[in-house]
Amino acid sequence: MDFSIFATLLQDGMTSGAIYALTALSLVLVFSVTRIIFVPQGEFVTYSALTFVALESNVFPATAWLCLLLGGAAFVLNLYAFARQAARTPDGLRRLAACVVWDLVLPLVTFGLALLIYQKHLGTLVNIALTMLLITPMGRYVYRLAYQRVAENSILLLLIVSVALHLMMVGIGLAMFGPEGARAQPLWSASFDWGALLLTGQSLLILLLAVVSMVLMYFYFSRTLLGAALKATAINRLGATLMGVETRDAGSVTFLFAAGVGALCGVLIASVTTIYYDSGFLIALKGFVGAIIGGLASYPVAAAGAVLVGVIESFSSFYASAYKEVLVFTLIIPVLLWMSLKHPQLDEGEE
Amino acid sequence: MFARFGTSGLFVLGILLILAVPSVPGSFAVPDFWITLFNYIGLYSIVTLGLVLLTGVAGLTSFGQAAFVGIGAYCTAYLSAVIGVSPWLGLITGIGLTTLMALAIGAITMRLSGHFLPLGTIAWGLSLYYLYGNSAALGKFDGVGGIPDLNFLGIAIEGPRSMFILIWSVLLVCLLALSNLLDSRLGRAIRALKGGAGMAEAMGVNTPWIKILIFTVAANLAAISGFLYAHMQRAVNPTPFGLNYGIEYLFMAVVGGASHVLGAVLGAGTLTILKDALQRILPMFTDNSGSYEGIVFGMLIILVLHYARDGLWPVIKKLIPARSATYIPGHAAQLAPRELTGQQGPLLQVKGLTRRFGGLVAVNDVGFSLNNQEIVTLIGPNGAGKSTTFNLVSRAIPASSGEVWFRGERIDAITMREVVKRGLARTFQHVRIVSEMTVLENVALGAHIRGSAGLWRAATALDGKEEVRILAEAAKQLKRVGLGDDMFKPAGSLALGQQRILEIARALCADPVLLLLDEPAAGLREHEKRALAELLRELRQEGLTILLVEHDMEFVMGLTDRLIVMNFGEKIADGAPAAVARQQAVIDAYLGAEI
Repeated sequence: MDFSIFATLLQDGMTSGAIYALTALSLVLVFSVTRIIFVPQGEFVTYSALTFVALESNVFPATAWLCLLLGGAAFVLNLYAFARQAARTPDGLRRLAACVVWDLVLPLVTFGLALLIYQKHLGTLVNIALTMLLITPMGRYVYRLAYQRVAENSILLLLIVSVALHLMMVGIGLAMFGPEGARAQPLWSASFDWGALLLTGQSLLILLLAVVSMVLMYFYFSRTLLGAALKATAINRLGATLMGVETRDAGSVTFLFAAGVGALCGVLIASVTTIYYDSGFLIALKGFVGAIIGGLASYPVAAAGAVLVGVIESFSSFYASAYKEVLVFTLIIPVLLWMSLKHPQLDEGEE
Repeated sequence: MFARFGTSGLFVLGILLILAVPSVPGSFAVPDFWITLFNYIGLYSIVTLGLVLLTGVAGLTSFGQAAFVGIGAYCTAYLSAVIGVSPWLGLITGIGLTTLMALAIGAITMRLSGHFLPLGTIAWGLSLYYLYGNSAALGKFDGVGGIPDLNFLGIAIEGPRSMFILIWSVLLVCLLALSNLLDSRLGRAIRALKGGAGMAEAMGVNTPWIKILIFTVAANLAAISGFLYAHMQRAVNPTPFGLNYGIEYLFMAVVGGASHVLGAVLGAGTLTILKDALQRILPMFTDNSGSYEGIVFGMLIILVLHYARDGLWPVIKKLIPARSATYIPGHAAQLAPRELTGQQGPLLQVKGLTRRFGGLVAVNDVGFSLNNQEIVTLIGPNGAGKSTTFNLVSRAIPASSGEVWFRGERIDAITMREVVKRGLARTFQHVRIVSEMTVLENVALGAHIRGSAGLWRAATALDGKEEVRILAEAAKQLKRVGLGDDMFKPAGSLALGQQRILEIARALCADPVLLLLDEPAAGLREHEKRALAELLRELRQEGLTILLVEHDMEFVMGLTDRLIVMNFGEKIADGAPAAVARQQAVIDAYLGAEI
């Protein structure tokens, strides 16, 4: 292999690795705050990618309907919970008002926006913004509908819920977008010759955006009160509850965050590769391999692990393309072995 | 023989049904369609049974069972169709390969937190799927065809009706073996895993090994199902061994009710019939019917987990009159008591015991010794390090430094279960019992180290003699501590004070030399405390040594031979109760309060 092939493979690997890294970060965040192993993170990526492609080709995105539906269902559940409360506290009313805004007004407004502009060629940036606006709130709805009721149960039960939700969301994806794949134009079609090395603008943009969002996440969690509350919940749920952090709010915010990152990944990946309704699962799993390398706890190690997964995938697709998935997923076995040897202490189990 | 009391009737009924259903001739015959559907239900039930053991009983799980089904199917397909040897060789190879893989995966993930096993199996299942699909020897994604019919003692098993008899017979045998297993010494240890590995370890159970063992059993059930599947279909391709099927198997266990063996059949039946109905109804309304199947299944599972977490089985169970468990082991042969070897010097000797948690020194340079037939109490204000000292002595947590000698042997470097075997049994400050098991079963767990029956003897119910001895011992200890009337109640239904007493009976079942009791009198009423004190005196009389941690001074003062006082992780006094109570350091530690 000459240097230019090496460099191209490395570039490809880093690009998809950046997407996996963002996915891995969301997975670690969701797991540490809520103990949920969020398998359907990849579905946010596909929903976003296919929504973005639809908007780019002036098709009304079906996700607008879904957003409206999920928001409505979440609102009904919240309203029911409010109605069952005996006392009408000001706090309860404030909560209900927030639900009206989040679960009814927001999806209605985005639905209206989508209807208004989807045929108007307002440009890629507007489409990106609208995609993010359509996908991100789904995080909150999904948490409310699928997890909130069982939030305090075992990791195992939450994992089974996740897998069931994944199956549902893939099915909904097929119903919304059909079995055909779709791909968007590059966000930035420039390319740079650098000796034997050809850098594409698309790759640079993805890497840049991934790094920027990681830095933003870092500052968010180290410098803001809400970030501190999430971190506190991650470290000690009971302690955080006693300090006045509502764990269900923490869950809701975390899922918004995860869906937002998923939406960003979707927009970025849509112009790199063809996305099908079921592509999300493999993306999420590769993020998981990264997250597991970080022990589902360390953000930087998870991100680095995910980039490594991208690079390994890129090189194995060159050498043994048929076995590319096998190689990536069996990578998890040595990682688990290493973790098992590193922590010889028996886990106390969480019952 | 081969079935425990009460299950043999069901077994005979099952055999009759299996033979009758496909053979009824004429217009009463069950249509082929239903026979085929039930063949699938039987195959899925065998796999799901393994998940009941893993998920429902032991609290572990796997999404990779379909991959093990694939190993079973591909082994026999390759050997019988490609190489052309006997399918039975394929079965043996499949089981061997599955066992090796399950042992390896188990060994890697079982020591990690519970959620790494399912994550590992997701990745593992996917890898195997792509491996089947890309390997030329296995026909890539087209798979292997032309698999011969099975031949059993000269009888060819061909057609769905013969397969029905074979599949359901295998299922019946598996059901029986598994319910035998769960109702045994090993079964109690498996069920104890849900109560946290720490408690099971303290009963002398090798928890990592048991987890690996049941993972291997579950994997082999899947492989057997795969073997039968290959010879029923007479062709295999990678699709039914993909992750989606792995997920479906788990869903079957969840829907049916993962806490009971029949939940597996119920779940497999429900989902298979539902899936079949969806596949016939949905295409009338939509082109993408495959997608709606996933939506319906996913939603069903989420609803079940939200509103009926134990699945459908408990609903059915209410309709069946409960069989009351009143089997009381009477004057059975007894378990052999411990042989005491000549021991010189003190029974327990602790030297310079220290434990640091980060910067905090919870126990600092503590030393004391216990003599035979002594009751010694460890007291001190909250946070003084009493329970930590307990955990260090029983090896529940490792010491940072120091030595512990027990019966002349150093025990600070061996595992907790080895310590139990040497005759040191304990109770817990926060009660640790398996709420769903009966009081008797919980106590029998204490005698785990005194039995030896393993997987095969348990599954075939050939462990009867040992079982009777263990249960008789448990019943004896229960009567002794005064819980004889509550033997068959679920342990979770006892009051907290009684649960503490249950833990004492459980510890006694281990035939200990030294008993460590962590706050045994907490939550007891006055007369119960008197009875407990009487029991402890009696045990001392019989030769036991007892180390207590206790806050109830009134309870302790009349009972204990010696007091050891701790404060801020250090020992500040050691001696006869009356003398210790007069020491200034002790009075200061309790802020001048009289003790």
